[in-house]
Amino acid sequence: MPYLELRNLTQQFGSQKALDGLNLSIEKGELVSLLGPSGCGKTTTIRLIAGFLEPTAGTVWIDGRDVTPLPPERRRVGIVFQSYALFPHLNVFDNVGFGLRAAKVPRRQIESRVHRALELVNLPNEANRAVFELSGGEQQRVAIARAVVIEPQILLLDEPLSNLDASLRQRTRQQLRELITSLQTTTVFVTHDQEEAFALSDRIALLSKGRCQQFGTARDLYDHPANEFVARFIGRANVFTLPFAAVGGDCLCLAWPSGRELRLRKPADSARFHIQAGQSCKLLLRPEKIGFEERAGTIRLFSARLLSYRFAGAWSEWEAEGEGVRLWIAHSGASPTSDGPLAVGMTKDLWVRVEDFQVLDV
Amino acid sequence: MSSPVRRPFTTAFHALILVLLLWLVLYPNAYILVQSFIGAGALTFAHYIEFFGSASEREALWNSLWISGWSVVLSGLIGVPLAFLFYRFDFPGRKVFAALASLPVLLPPLVGVISFLFLYGESGILSRSLQRWFGLREPLFSFRGAGAILFVHAYTMYVYFYMFVSAGLKRLDYTLVEAARSLGASSSRAFLRVTLPQLAPSLVGASLLTFMTSMASFSAPYIFGGGIRVLSLQIYNSKLNGDLEMAMVETVILASSSILVLLLLQRYEGTSKYRSTTKGARQPVTLVSHPLKRLLAGGAGIVTVAFLLLPHLTLFLISFAKDGTWTMEILPPRYTIENYARLLSDSSFLEPILNSLQMAALATSANFVFALVAAYLIVRQQVRGRALLGSLILLPWALPGTVLGLSLASTFNQNSLWQGRILLVGTYWLLPLAYFIRHMPVVVRAVQASFEQFDPALEEAARSLGGTWIYSVRRVVLPMVLPGALAGSLLAFVTALGEFVTSIVIYTIHNRPISIEILAQLRQFNFGSAAAYSVFLIFLIGATFVVSQKYLSDIGDGAVS
Repeated sequence: MPYLELRNLTQQFGSQKALDGLNLSIEKGELVSLLGPSGCGKTTTIRLIAGFLEPTAGTVWIDGRDVTPLPPERRRVGIVFQSYALFPHLNVFDNVGFGLRAAKVPRRQIESRVHRALELVNLPNEANRAVFELSGGEQQRVAIARAVVIEPQILLLDEPLSNLDASLRQRTRQQLRELITSLQTTTVFVTHDQEEAFALSDRIALLSKGRCQQFGTARDLYDHPANEFVARFIGRANVFTLPFAAVGGDCLCLAWPSGRELRLRKPADSARFHIQAGQSCKLLLRPEKIGFEERAGTIRLFSARLLSYRFAGAWSEWEAEGEGVRLWIAHSGASPTSDGPLAVGMTKDLWVRVEDFQVLDV
Repeated sequence: MSSPVRRPFTTAFHALILVLLLWLVLYPNAYILVQSFIGAGALTFAHYIEFFGSASEREALWNSLWISGWSVVLSGLIGVPLAFLFYRFDFPGRKVFAALASLPVLLPPLVGVISFLFLYGESGILSRSLQRWFGLREPLFSFRGAGAILFVHAYTMYVYFYMFVSAGLKRLDYTLVEAARSLGASSSRAFLRVTLPQLAPSLVGASLLTFMTSMASFSAPYIFGGGIRVLSLQIYNSKLNGDLEMAMVETVILASSSILVLLLLQRYEGTSKYRSTTKGARQPVTLVSHPLKRLLAGGAGIVTVAFLLLPHLTLFLISFAKDGTWTMEILPPRYTIENYARLLSDSSFLEPILNSLQMAALATSANFVFALVAAYLIVRQQVRGRALLGSLILLPWALPGTVLGLSLASTFNQNSLWQGRILLVGTYWLLPLAYFIRHMPVVVRAVQASFEQFDPALEEAARSLGGTWIYSVRRVVLPMVLPGALAGSLLAFVTALGEFVTSIVIYTIHNRPISIEILAQLRQFNFGSAAAYSVFLIFLIGATFVVSQKYLSDIGDGAVS
């Protein structure tokens, strides 16, 4: 049985649907990211889980119990706010001990539990400091200590790294992952940064327009995107919309804008598509699957003119044009190919493996 | 985004606040409005026809308008250059001058006016010195009529321009000026086309506020008017003469002109917000380095501040004058500390002070509680009809003191529960009630600002950590808004201590406040006692400010992250 379950969750603000029938099942101890562009409903989702909003429809279940009617203070959901929301009039100790005092835990116990929590976040000696004296990273750790010291059933983190500067973010990401893994608490992150989602979570729920577009591991989302939105959001994508040239048989026959045919093997799950003449098909081809040289199992796609070039460290990205389409090619390693270095303006043959094409939609 | 999470009592509080506002703020004014159209039990425009048919009433309206217009011009001519001088240039003593320039705020209206009387009045220190100097038989100038009123207005109301414009200058995004300069604009062109439009909201705000305050001004025309008619004074006189109908019409006309200006102000605030999109650079303060110019700027500062401090110093001096001895001399001939000793030892002298303290404390405590609840409802709960609550709370701000006095006195003059009227006229309670209503906007605004400043996530954090609503209010919400609420309440308290305009309309012998006592002493030519009361009042106000500043900055440090 899932530990945290969102059933048909809908949230309407005026005429606007922030969340539109969201379903999500999260297992105990799992680390899940809610990923999506701003306005996709991810913050609304965690506010509903925490109990700060009353859903227009749908229910929230924690550990087999419907918590929808419960106020936030009775849900045992710890939340780390984007702004951290540390109480400025209280010092570090009182911030972390706030929940324990509210629960009337004996003073002695509060002390030992707060100190243990501060040790956990690696701030053992900061108990008496004022929160505004702390650095951004320290404030974040106090916010985490404050949320976990009450031993929540669910831990929610709203854009936990967005208030840190870029260099600190990299380092903190790793520490955060280790810390949360050691807690073994079921955790939901909100982020708009896919790298952050990849690094922090076991599974990712990609949200757009108030709906879950796909829920799976990072690899699932990258390799088998459920639709064009997922394909374009995760990593770089070449998406082609091509009309069918012929229908029937084992073959998916499509036509490039120039008229030249592209023959692909029908995908195993092609039953879900209703292929008809006159319709078109959306194809995904990742930039790194395209090569400038023939290798075993590859076919010649077409020859394309190189339009522009961008150096990106281990990779270089090329923009190319051929058969009436533009596409991105990610080229690894040293730039020269067997017949000399690549340069803008050249016309090169492109090689792909047929199975690297994925049908997104018909 | 705020989150209404099942907070209890909201509806009950909301209803309570709304009922209080409708009953105490809207009802008395609506009552006056309706009554002004009723004559002999029927609907009539007779009172208005009488008003506009009377030359003296038309004159009063016209005087109020033109005096207010000129008050705006004169206050602006003093306040704006001062703000530029103290906030754009650096020279020795700049910070001290900058702080002292807002000093007239501390002066309660009546106290300000009588200090002018001692200084510039017919037998004032300055007038007599000049008369003696030039060997004249008559005073050089007579400090009476419209000129005197304008002088007092300019002296007290330039502060609005000074404070608004200096705040505007502090906010000014200097990168805009730099952008204009880099696009080829000369420095004067950049000033006209970039700086000035950015200051426009400050200038318009200060102008409207000055206009409103001048329209409502009572003390200056009352003391210095010399028979000149203005609306605020007409109301008082009509009431004294028992012509209640005319007083009501005058009230309605004065109140509606004030409300009109307030609406303009709000509309202007709503439409033109010059908010910088990015964090801009602050205007660097220009260091005046040329020695002569430094001397000039410093000199200008000293002269200005001396001029501003003169009334305070005069009051201080005269507060030691022995009552009844100062007649024809430039300065009082004999001095004594008797005036102060009597204030504190003689119970009949002490009574007005105790009255004022008690009534101000009562009204302010009510303001404090009311403001906490009202601001919470408006900012945090986003209750329905917030706009209505907000405007009702703002209404007393737009109403001149005489208007408030008259409307309360006309409404709460009989026991008639089914009409929502109770008998308060002639009792102790009407004046504290008036103070409460008058200062409601200030306190609510202050608390509202504190609520708006603090992150709603703090309250949510408290809830998700297991705190109940009451627990989170007690341990998070209250500590966070307390500095703002206290600051607002203290401001209300000191204003109530020196309140004069409403008091003179509705005080009784049971609750005679300080300001009325000052006037009474003045009437008996006990200048020393009147000044001693005034100094004592200034001292109380100053002390309250100093203590509160210190206390508030102590807890304020903890509240700023």
